[in-house]
Amino acid sequence: MTTFTLNGEVRSVDTDPETPALWVIREQLDLTGTKFGCGMAQCGACTIHVDGRAQRSCTTPIASLEGAIVTTIEGLKSADGSLHALQQAWIDQQAPQCGYCQSGQLMSAAALLAVNPNPTDADIDSAMRGNICRCGMYGRIRSAIKQVAGASFYDAMEGSQNG
Amino acid sequence: MGKWTRRAVLSAGVVGGTGLVVGIAVRPGNPTETAGHLVAGEGENLLHLYVKIDANNRATAILPHAEMGQGALTALAQMLAEELDADWDLMGFEEAPAEAEYANYTFGRGYLFKGIDFPGAVVPTVDGLMLKLSESLGMQITGGSTSIRATGQYGVRVAGAAVREMLKRAAAKTWAVSVEEIRTAKSTLFHDGSGRSAPYAEFAAAAAKETPSSTPQLKKMSEYSVMGQSKPRHDIPAKVDGSALFAMDVKRPNMVYAAIKRTPVFGGTLKRVDERAARAMSGVIDVVQLPTLSAEGMIGAYSAGDSVAVVADSYWKAERALSALTIEWNTQGNESISSEAIFQQFERDISASTDRKNDVVIGDAATAFDKAETILSADYRVPYLAHTTMEPPNATAEVSADRAEIWVGCQNPLGFRQHIAAQLGLDFDKVTLHNHFLGGGFGRKSNADYALQAALIARAVGKPVQLVYSRAEDIRQDFYRPAVHSRFKAGLDAQGNLIAWHNTYVDKHEPIEAPLIPYAVAAQDIGHVASPTHVPFGAWRSVDHSQHGFFTESFIDEAAHAGARDPYEYRQTLLKDKPRMLAVLNRVAAEASWSVPMEAGRGRGISLQESFGSIVGQVVEVTVSGGKIWVDRVVAVIDAGYAVSPDGMKAQIESGIIYGLSAAMYGDITIEKGAVAQSSFANYDTIRMHDAPVIETHIINSGADIGGAGEPGTPGVAPALANAIFDATGKRIRTLPVMNADLRTDSESSPSVAALTR
Repeated sequence: MTTFTLNGEVRSVDTDPETPALWVIREQLDLTGTKFGCGMAQCGACTIHVDGRAQRSCTTPIASLEGAIVTTIEGLKSADGSLHALQQAWIDQQAPQCGYCQSGQLMSAAALLAVNPNPTDADIDSAMRGNICRCGMYGRIRSAIKQVAGASFYDAMEGSQNG
Repeated sequence: MGKWTRRAVLSAGVVGGTGLVVGIAVRPGNPTETAGHLVAGEGENLLHLYVKIDANNRATAILPHAEMGQGALTALAQMLAEELDADWDLMGFEEAPAEAEYANYTFGRGYLFKGIDFPGAVVPTVDGLMLKLSESLGMQITGGSTSIRATGQYGVRVAGAAVREMLKRAAAKTWAVSVEEIRTAKSTLFHDGSGRSAPYAEFAAAAAKETPSSTPQLKKMSEYSVMGQSKPRHDIPAKVDGSALFAMDVKRPNMVYAAIKRTPVFGGTLKRVDERAARAMSGVIDVVQLPTLSAEGMIGAYSAGDSVAVVADSYWKAERALSALTIEWNTQGNESISSEAIFQQFERDISASTDRKNDVVIGDAATAFDKAETILSADYRVPYLAHTTMEPPNATAEVSADRAEIWVGCQNPLGFRQHIAAQLGLDFDKVTLHNHFLGGGFGRKSNADYALQAALIARAVGKPVQLVYSRAEDIRQDFYRPAVHSRFKAGLDAQGNLIAWHNTYVDKHEPIEAPLIPYAVAAQDIGHVASPTHVPFGAWRSVDHSQHGFFTESFIDEAAHAGARDPYEYRQTLLKDKPRMLAVLNRVAAEASWSVPMEAGRGRGISLQESFGSIVGQVVEVTVSGGKIWVDRVVAVIDAGYAVSPDGMKAQIESGIIYGLSAAMYGDITIEKGAVAQSSFANYDTIRMHDAPVIETHIINSGADIGGAGEPGTPGVAPALANAIFDATGKRIRTLPVMNADLRTDSESSPSVAALTR
């Protein structure tokens, strides 16, 4: 039995302790926003927050979450249901295409801004390089992060520097 | 083959004058008779295959295309709203069901099958196109960059305009006024003379009894008010909070999970499998052997070799048990094939040029080469490429003795449904298919192999099954962009002008014009030889343009440099009779400040490529130092005739560029011992945040026929990159990917310096 806090609720699961958290979250706890992309922590689609830090759930044994505070994309919104500033920026920049990687992208970006509200380009590179987007929306993701950080960014839509 | 029992109801008209060739209408009369039960719910009136209006005056576009991130559904809804005069705030869309009524080949065939005879079973008639129950009806394809330029232009806009006329006719009857006196705006009918007005919804039921015209009056570009606007995509909000449902998010009662392994050596068969260890593992329900699956594909035939699947009560357990199987495969003589051997075969077949087939012959190439002052020769190569969609292939199936239900994300729902019916020996009507958002497609999800496997496993275990490919299986069991070798020879006169062009390459697919050049070269001889391999072919974003764009736009650059000319100006002089292409070329050079010199260690390269009806120019800027390369910036210009959604088009170009750049920099599927050697993002990597360039896209609305957007950004980036590397280093990249090239300068690669930097 592993007990942890998931999006503010205490949850207990009884499963093989080696089971990756990804599959427990998706199959047993029915939160499907966290995605399977590679199973080897190489693509970032499964990124969740464990005690506030971005972590790949596909290689996180469920037993290691005992007592942890876990947040998934479903828990990124505020308690009142309003979007996280990054989620709104993602919409403003029209960042998603197929959208499959975006839960992981958002979780990585949110973990970055939580500890570093004014990231440099190098900080963004470092925090986001584990997240692949096969639709190639890196430019818009970077712009959305900078929008929230209040930094100047290249606005692909307008074709000019913004802010 | 499953039997078709549903009568086909599509008909097509001919629209003159505006450049539209095919209109679509339901025949006869009211579409609710045939399609209404498929798509219209309580309180909704279906007025046309593609349009329904509910009691709250909300119009819904019913669109025969899949949403895989390209944003086409939003753009198509804009096209419908434009011609319908619908209030955009009252406009929604949904994906059409996988039903014969919503086959879309009538629009796309001209693009998808250029130069190929269509099955004779389809007989056009004066008053419509009577479709027979043939394979061609199983096409509901999202591919070939056709959604906007084909379905949108020839179907959706015609539908919108036709419904607007029907609404006006219905209102005219009730109000006892002439149709001409009625105008429409914002989903409302107006009769100004009497001051009457009514929302569309009020006349929707009456209008549904009117017969839609297949030749309604369409708006001119100057009249557009919804088309041409960057409307936010409707699918995006659900993609930022985890609520968007992909096929893999489906959960059925009592569902179990399957992991699968197909014969690694293509063409192999299953010899024997020791299942004991796997069956003894926790949670394992069954081990299922699957035969080789063959299908006459909509875009070429394909087959998927023998496979073994493990079914368990969780995917992780299924995957773990799969690796506990001991499987022996028969490799059918393919076990010794390597990429090296394949490229040797290509080289041999090009050199022999037996049965060389011409794509184009202009002038007398042999004589022109005799007269040439300089002859330039080069051999180019590209490797196999996998698609690696973010969402690995997966499908959920529930199969009983007489029914099947499938949940999938695919690029051809109707075709998949037909294949599944055939594979299971069921009537077409006994198969239900639910298509979901695709977590990437890029061509991979036009082949039904993964859905067929899911259906067969579900039937074997008698439970709902979700089959998910591991990333390794995805990479090793793809349908690949082929490896290609292309040999060039150019003849230059004393002034460096290009007077002769000769090109022979292996392997020809679609589009047939991909290897052609737009340049005014008086003598051209372009042809190909067959050199088949055992590696499965698949359509990969931009298909043949993905390789030929790299080849031709690199080699023209070589010709320019051989003639001591600027590569941009060299192209200019060869495009004097191609004003659209010249305009794109000039614009991209200007936007990229082509004439401003770059500092040492940096370089700039240009390319120009027409594909899928659109012209794209690109300038890539790179920095090369110590053998390492940074792609700093890409400037792109697209002329797709008209941008229905300018930001959507820019996003597609950005996406196409990163997809092409990933392949150009890192994409290298190699064959070792008959199988794909790569198995993860660690050895088949892509562009990531830290190495993604800034992309600046500019749009030209030339007013030419509308072209595609999903693919045209991809072909031009590899040659612009290679040309930029040449500009920076003097090293010519003729083999992709770039990561395999030694980009160190001579001094950097000298033994003493290399030792210092190691």
